Amino acid sequence: MRGNEVNDMTMHLIHDLFVPKASAPSRDGFGKAIVELGERDANVWVLTADVSESTRTHWFAEKYPDRFVQVGVAEQNLAGVAAGIAACGKTVFISAYGVFSPGRNWDQVRVSICYNDVPVILHGSHTGLTVGPDGASHQALEDIAIMRALPNMTVISPCDQEQVKKAFVAAAKMKKPAYIRTSREKSAVFTTEQTPFEIGKVNVYKDGKDVAIFACGFMVYESLKAAELLKKEGIDAAVVDCHTIKPMDRHAVIEWAKKTGLIVSVEEHQVHGGMGSAIAEVLAQENCPGRLRIHGVNDTFCESGNTADLLKKYKLDATGIAEVVKEAVKNKR
Amino acid sequence: MCTKFEKITDVKKLKVMANMIRQDVVKMLTEAKSGHSAGSLGLADIFTALYFNVLNHDPKNPEWEERDRFLLSNGHVCPVLYAALAEAGYFQKEELMHLRKIGTRMQGHPHRGTLPGIENSSGPLGQGLSQAVGMAIVSKREKKDWRVYCVVSDGEHGEGQIWEAVMLANKYRLGNLTVIMDRNNIQIDGFTEEILPLEPLEEKYRAFGWNVIHADGHDIMKLINACEESKKSEKPTMIIAHTVPGKGIPFMELLVEWHGKSPSKEQAAEALGYLEKDRERIENEGK
Repeated sequence: MRGNEVNDMTMHLIHDLFVPKASAPSRDGFGKAIVELGERDANVWVLTADVSESTRTHWFAEKYPDRFVQVGVAEQNLAGVAAGIAACGKTVFISAYGVFSPGRNWDQVRVSICYNDVPVILHGSHTGLTVGPDGASHQALEDIAIMRALPNMTVISPCDQEQVKKAFVAAAKMKKPAYIRTSREKSAVFTTEQTPFEIGKVNVYKDGKDVAIFACGFMVYESLKAAELLKKEGIDAAVVDCHTIKPMDRHAVIEWAKKTGLIVSVEEHQVHGGMGSAIAEVLAQENCPGRLRIHGVNDTFCESGNTADLLKKYKLDATGIAEVVKEAVKNKR
Repeated sequence: MCTKFEKITDVKKLKVMANMIRQDVVKMLTEAKSGHSAGSLGLADIFTALYFNVLNHDPKNPEWEERDRFLLSNGHVCPVLYAALAEAGYFQKEELMHLRKIGTRMQGHPHRGTLPGIENSSGPLGQGLSQAVGMAIVSKREKKDWRVYCVVSDGEHGEGQIWEAVMLANKYRLGNLTVIMDRNNIQIDGFTEEILPLEPLEEKYRAFGWNVIHADGHDIMKLINACEESKKSEKPTMIIAHTVPGKGIPFMELLVEWHGKSPSKEQAAEALGYLEKDRERIENEGK
């Protein structure tokens, strides 16, 4: 059965949407992208802060050791050294866990990278709740908020390994600072090489008339499954992949708010300052053409646990998302 | 094609240049009505040595690929950088009077991209050295001839990031990196050894794998020689330049209160009087 009735022809999702053939950690998409980019362009450099294997920079390091720098456990220096290299005309990727970079080096990202306006692309891996057992200290749930406040910065949260790869390739072309977050946990690879990707333009994976779910990252696939559950409840939910949080696709936000009267935003991030907030900023300044329910982690530190249990507890699995959407639809009427 | 900047080797000319830079700094800060006097004046001889002798650069072609890179890590002393750039010909001297004014290129702290000759934006301390290390890695890996120079402050060594960069420079044996520390012993809240003791700095840097040279921060020829000596080292070099904050203006010298303050019009007139006399003395030297 195909879950994407309307846009399947243009979105080129996998054939059996809910029976994915492959499941992979989205961070692998980063590892593949930088090897590909490194091969094409001798000005591509990669830096890491003692996490080369887990953030997949070791694939690049093996092939291009002369363009790889291991800075050790020193994220502030990671951002600064990258800025220096980028100022020499290089495109630099820096990779570490999201809680450390950009969690720990925000000032360096702000001044050395964004104020200098040099092409450093941050890869924040192990972001969101799905890092699971490591617990709250390691769950990057504020990274979108702190990055999207920065001038010159683009912020992307791709939905699967395939899209991660495209996002890094697209970001490299911009020659500007960018932040892209990925997950450690394996997730369905449900988009394909043919699925379009354009920074700042949403992908609509399922049409719907009652509500539009705007999701990013790991939450996109969960939202597609949630839409299936909602169908059984008689709710026709659209699913929009809002991979780019900054710049937000204002046109899509307004269009869907007008069309359905209700947007539910779903993200693996605090409800303050993330994708939902970015959508709210658009709606509030466009005379609120529709209502908005921001769903995410509600101003709390979470805890250790396996991914499935955590997503269930914080209502960020398909069942939880469906519940939240159902309630929002009820309140809309 | 680059028309490489002609270096000044005559001591007297260099001293006069340092004096001119000090006069520029006093005028700029007075006009701006805010800014950092002590550090800017204390660094005038170091910036003279760098911009008029040590650096290979081309003010008419600031983007010349083979130029030496100069980074200022403690951006709050930018009046001395702007004055050196203007005297070297990167832009018109009149523009110096725009310091800290709206709609101008003379930002209160340096911004890369706004003003020609600025390699790095700075302000928040501890960030310039990391960028210098990044550039030195590129130059070394790509076997370039250009070197990287960086001025850091002493108080800035309270930032952990400095030590992160220091360790990485040792790891990659960045012999093409010369760092000059403005060892003036003061920071905003007082004396460095009272706020957060830094000594023994020489032993610390040696333990971190660096080549260390001490220099009188007001002896231009010694500074030039120290930079020359640093080129022979396979290790990164730290030149600890001992300076007098507020150097050249007797009522400012060694006083912590002048760290983050600009002179009034009356004070500026008095300061410029001292500097003019000093210039005459330099020009009459050996006559």
